[in-house]
Amino acid sequence: MMEEKNASIKSPPADFDQTISKWPKDKYVLRLYVTGTTSRSILALTNLKKICSQYLEGRYELEVIDLFQHPALAKDEQIIAAPTLIKKLPLPFRRIIGDMSNKEKVLMGLDLKELKNIKDSR
Amino acid sequence: MSKAKHKTSPVSIPKSPTGIQGFDEITMGGLPTGRPTLVCGGAGCGKTLFGLEFLVRGATQFDEPGVFMSFEETNEELIMNVASLGFDLNDLIDNKKIALDHVHIERSEIEETGEYDLEALFIRLGYAIDSIGAKRVVLDTIESLFAGLPNQLILRAELRRLFRWLKVKGVTAIITGERGDETLTRQGLEEYVSDCVIMLDHRVTEQTSTRRLRVVKFRGSTHGTNEYPFLIDESGFSVLPVTSLGLEHIVSSERISSGIKALDEMLEGKGYYRGSTILVSGTAGIGKTSTAAHFAEAACKRGERVLYFCFEESPNQLMRNMLSIGIKLEPWVKKGLLRFQATRPTFYGLEMHLAVTHKYVNEFKPDIVILDPINTFDVADKEFEVRTLLMRIVDFLKVNQITALFTSLTSSACNTESSDVGISSLIDTWLLLRDIELNGERNRGMYVLKSRGMANSNQIREFVLTNRGVELRDVYIGASGVLTGSARIAQEAHENSEVLTRKHEIEFKKREIARKRREVEAKVATMLADFGSEEAEAVKIIADEQEMIARLEQDKKEMAKSRKAKVGDIVTNNI
Repeated sequence: MMEEKNASIKSPPADFDQTISKWPKDKYVLRLYVTGTTSRSILALTNLKKICSQYLEGRYELEVIDLFQHPALAKDEQIIAAPTLIKKLPLPFRRIIGDMSNKEKVLMGLDLKELKNIKDSR
Repeated sequence: MSKAKHKTSPVSIPKSPTGIQGFDEITMGGLPTGRPTLVCGGAGCGKTLFGLEFLVRGATQFDEPGVFMSFEETNEELIMNVASLGFDLNDLIDNKKIALDHVHIERSEIEETGEYDLEALFIRLGYAIDSIGAKRVVLDTIESLFAGLPNQLILRAELRRLFRWLKVKGVTAIITGERGDETLTRQGLEEYVSDCVIMLDHRVTEQTSTRRLRVVKFRGSTHGTNEYPFLIDESGFSVLPVTSLGLEHIVSSERISSGIKALDEMLEGKGYYRGSTILVSGTAGIGKTSTAAHFAEAACKRGERVLYFCFEESPNQLMRNMLSIGIKLEPWVKKGLLRFQATRPTFYGLEMHLAVTHKYVNEFKPDIVILDPINTFDVADKEFEVRTLLMRIVDFLKVNQITALFTSLTSSACNTESSDVGISSLIDTWLLLRDIELNGERNRGMYVLKSRGMANSNQIREFVLTNRGVELRDVYIGASGVLTGSARIAQEAHENSEVLTRKHEIEFKKREIARKRREVEAKVATMLADFGSEEAEAVKIIADEQEMIARLEQDKKEMAKSRKAKVGDIVTNNI
């Protein structure tokens, strides 16, 4: 399991509801599920890192999990596509699938950009 | 049969039995081992159940664990659904015989951001397969992926890869798919799964629904191509392969009594052939059921098992009615030799009736089956269907060496023979009961219209219902036709009286002769008496005369003596 902790985040308290309410709105908990070190996995990770460092610098937590090593997680986390990025927090829960090469869509999935803004930027 | 199987087994592909009643017969062994099979059909036609039963039976009967990957129902729902069919999935899951995996895809949660694959699904499935050593896999309904994942190009490529992967894994798989408008499945899955395709159907015609199954294709194997009706009930799926049976059943030459002695006599004195099909047809209230009940009772007395389907009367009503003609059926029901199965014909569709018949026969294992009456099926213009239904029932029963007796109600308006012509070719022995109207009376007549393989009587017998059951009487055939009922009785009386008169006449004649004889004898006696007296008189006269002659002679001699004449001369002259 590869773990990247770029941000300094307090350990989550026991009470989840409280956590959500107290958790800073712009703090991100992300999990990237990949299937081995395929070119697509690497591409997804590279793309994601780029986006995170650009938009979420210092306020995100990313965990990369290889499903080949943890196959049971695929069932537990309801994953079918690879690579899948799960945005656990902030809510709403999201699955972002694909190699993250479509930056606009990734930002949309991460709720970092409104649809209107995307259009404007074009 | 087993020989043929043996011969073809090296050539034909290996098959995994499903354990589903009847299905393995249609496909001649089951689904292709190690290959995916597509099961398609509309909503609610039993795809999921088919898959589940395939797994459960595989796990319990053939020791082949299975994985069920559901894209629609949750595990809890599945467990609940099959619990009603008597399958304890929880137990099988605990024993690592079955693994359930519910794949949940929420379209609103998903954002596509570029190229991806379904490797995670493969891992997930592979993990489930490896964890229990599964040999069977069901994917129900994989088309749901199309709703969850927008990129069809990727999806199609991945599905193709998935089915290939399943083959490599060597698991026997069922993939279910929703029926499309013009294609077998909405997403054209038949393009990827081409080894075996099974179509399930749920049709409603005239307010009755029928489930049907068809093997659309089965690469590398022969299979039945018809639509087979199937049934989902408390014991799961059952398919009826009956039409695939040919005319190669074993024939028995054993004879069994019809329960009516005189009828047996009409059939060479022995009765019906075992395993034959008997039709009793006639108009309303003519005694068809009584004939059937007789047959049932006789069979029960022999210790055979009888399954009686009644479509018009309730069993209790039937037993009560039969009691009035002295047929006691209730003891046999209690003994378990006789079983009634009462359903209205309209309760299910024709195919369902067939399925139900099939099921009960397999369950009860009777020697004799009675269907009373068959024509109630013929509600609308469904002659063809009814005929096929009966043919299937007949075939099925014949193969199992079960003697079948059908009763059929014919309307008195039309010709009784032609109205049943639809099924006549299926029938071995056909008894026709017809009413004979004469002299303001309606009487019953019975004759054997045909009986294959025996020299049956050509006589019409009068059919009388007595409190000791059915009796057959010889009928009188006169110039005005067949005499029955009171006409027959009148005729009998008439003949009796005639005989009586004749007898009287003979007596009279005899007495007269005797009298005459006595008269003659008396006359002879008097005459003899007369003659006797006359004779005596004559003898007396003769004697007198001779005495006279003698005395005259004496006198002459005396005279001559006294005259001293020659005695000799005088004597010779006078006499």
